[in-house]
Amino acid sequence: MAAEVEVRRVREGSPWTGLWAVVTKEMADYLTGVRMQILEALIVLTAAGTVFAAAENLRTTVGQDRFLFLRLFTVQYEPLPAFVGFLAFLVPLIAIALTFDTVNGEFNRRTMSRVLAQPIYRDALLFGKFLAGLFTLALVLMAIWLLVFGLGLVRLGVPPGGEEVARSLWFLLATVFYGGVWMALALLFSVQFRQPATAALSAIAVWLFFAVFWSMIANLLASVLFPMRYGLVQEVLAQSQAALTLARFSPITLYTEIALALLTPSVRAFGLLLPMQLEGWILGAPLPLRQSLLLVWPQLTGLIAITVLLFAVSYISFQRQEIRA
Amino acid sequence: MTEWVVETRDLTKRYGNVVAVDRLNLRVAPGEVFGMLGPNGSGKTTTILMLLGLTEPTSGIVRVMGLDPARRPLSVKARVGYIPDQVGFYDDLTARENLIYIAKLNGIPRADAYRRIDEVLERMGLTEVADRPVATYSRGMRQRLGVAEVLLKRPALIIMDEPTLGLDPEAARDFLGIIRDLKAQGITILIASHLLHQVQAVCDRVGLFHRGQMVLEGTVEQLARQVLAGGYRVHVETAGTPSSILEALRRVPDVTKVEQTGPDRYVVEGHRDLRGEVARAVVEVGGYLRSLHLEEPSLDDVYARYFQEVEHGGGS
Repeated sequence: MAAEVEVRRVREGSPWTGLWAVVTKEMADYLTGVRMQILEALIVLTAAGTVFAAAENLRTTVGQDRFLFLRLFTVQYEPLPAFVGFLAFLVPLIAIALTFDTVNGEFNRRTMSRVLAQPIYRDALLFGKFLAGLFTLALVLMAIWLLVFGLGLVRLGVPPGGEEVARSLWFLLATVFYGGVWMALALLFSVQFRQPATAALSAIAVWLFFAVFWSMIANLLASVLFPMRYGLVQEVLAQSQAALTLARFSPITLYTEIALALLTPSVRAFGLLLPMQLEGWILGAPLPLRQSLLLVWPQLTGLIAITVLLFAVSYISFQRQEIRA
Repeated sequence: MTEWVVETRDLTKRYGNVVAVDRLNLRVAPGEVFGMLGPNGSGKTTTILMLLGLTEPTSGIVRVMGLDPARRPLSVKARVGYIPDQVGFYDDLTARENLIYIAKLNGIPRADAYRRIDEVLERMGLTEVADRPVATYSRGMRQRLGVAEVLLKRPALIIMDEPTLGLDPEAARDFLGIIRDLKAQGITILIASHLLHQVQAVCDRVGLFHRGQMVLEGTVEQLARQVLAGGYRVHVETAGTPSSILEALRRVPDVTKVEQTGPDRYVVEGHRDLRGEVARAVVEVGGYLRSLHLEEPSLDDVYARYFQEVEHGGGS
C-alpha cells in the first residue's frame, strides 16, 4: 500500500469546473429575488429623480457646456444631492444586501455539503457567487447608465459626445469595482459568521464607519500627528496632506475622487495646492480623458486591490472551513 | 487484492486533541449495503467527509473505488452520491430546477440532463410535484428528491447519513424499499445511522462505531453471536399453568436461563432454537400453551449490550 501513495501534489482537473453553472444559478437567484427588486426600484427611482432634476436645471445652459451629459451625474439641484452622491451611498448598500448571506445561507439551508459533494472545487462555488454578484451589479448599473443617457437625450435634446460616453463608461467600471469592494467585504463576513444577520450588521457597521466617521477621524488624527504650532504654510500643507492620505484608506474617498476626476474634466489635482504649483496651468480648461485617467489610476487600482484582497481572505477562510451541514 | 469500493487503512482524523476517527479500517465490497452504527459523535460523519474528500485525513489511507479522494476529488465525487443528514434544497426553486443545477455542476450535457431528470423524478414518484417549489415538500419527499439527485450522476456508491431520521414510519418504510431497489440495481450503499431497526432491515453487514473506532463488524447474526453469546430467546405465554412450570422449563436441556416476565409469561434463553422442547415441557406439566415466539437477535440488543459492557467493563 505504501508504494501506492501518490506523490503527486497537483490537484486533479480545473478549479473552475462548474463555475458557470454556479454563476448562472446565482445570477438567476439575484435577479428574480424580492430583495433585488426592492433595490432596483430604489435605485431607479433615485436615478430618475436626481437626473430629471439635474436635466431641468441644465436646460437653461445647453450650448454653454462641452460636457453637458457628464453634468447630469454631478449637478445637484436642491434639495436633492447629485446622482454621484446617491451612487456612492446606494452601491455599497446594494452590494452588501446581495452577498451578506450567500455562503452562510447555504449552510443554514443545509445545501452546502450536497453542493460540494458534486464534482466541483470550493473555488468554483465561492468565485462563482462573487462573480454572479458583480455581474448582477454591473447589469443594474448599466441599465441605470442607459436610463440616465436616455433621460438626458429627451430632456436636453442634444446627443452626448464621444468623450462623454467614454468618460461615463470608465466611471461605470469604477462604480462596479466600488461595489466589488463592499461585495467582497460582505462575502468575507458571510464566510466568517454563521448567522446572516451578524454578517449583514457587521458589513453595514464597516460601511457606516467609513461613510460617517472615517473623515472625522482622519482629520482628527492628522491634526494630532501634524499639529499647527507656528501657523506655517508647511504645517498647513503637511496636515492637509496627512488628512488626505488617511482619508484615502476609505474606499468611499477613492470612489469620490475617481468620480470627480472622470466626470469633471477640469479637475487636475486633489488636495491642497500652493499657488506656485499652479504655475503654467490653464485653469478651468478640461483635461483629455487619458490625463484624467492617469490622475485617478492609483485610486482605481486601489479599489481593485481592496476587492482582490478581501476576496482572497474570504477564499482562504472558506477553504479551511469544516463542511458539516 | 479484491477491488473494494471503499477501503481505509488506519484512517485517523484529529481535531486538536480530540480524536474523531481513530485508526479506522473499513472495507465495503461492491454491491453491498453496509451500515455504520454508533451514537452521535462516534466519527461516522467525519469518516464520510473523508471518503468524499471534503475533509483531509490526519493520517492513514483512504481509497474510494481505488482512488484517493484527497488527490482525485473530482473523479471520486463524480461517481459517489452523497445524501447528507437532513438533506437541504433551495426552497424557492422547484424540484426540477434544483436537479438542473446539480446536473450542470456534474457537467451532464443539457439534452441528456433533461432526460435523466425526468427519469429519476419518475422513479422516485415525484413527477407530479416536480414543478412545485421544494418549500412545499414533506420530509419524505425531500429525502426521495435527495435520492433522485444522486441517481442523476449514475453513481457506483451512495453514501447516506441518517437517511430515515425524522421520517414518519410509513415514509421510513418506503425509503427502506428504495434502498433495496438501489441495491438490486447493483449500487453499493453506505448508511450511517443510529436507527437500528431500519439498519438491520436493509444492511448486509454493519460496523459498530464507538469513539472513532469500529469496534465490531460483520453481519447482524455474527454480531449477535459475538456480543450476546448466542442468546436465543423464546417468549412463552401459557394459561392455567401449575406452579411447577418454572421447574419444568429449567429442566429442558440446553436452557441457560428462565425468567418470569409476568403472570403466565416466561422468557427462555438457550444456545439454539428451543421452541419445540419448550412447547413439550409446557404441555407435559399440564399447561395450555397460548403462544410461543422466538426473538430474532436484534441490533438493539447487540448495541445495548455492547455499550453496557463498555461502560461497566471500562472498554473491552
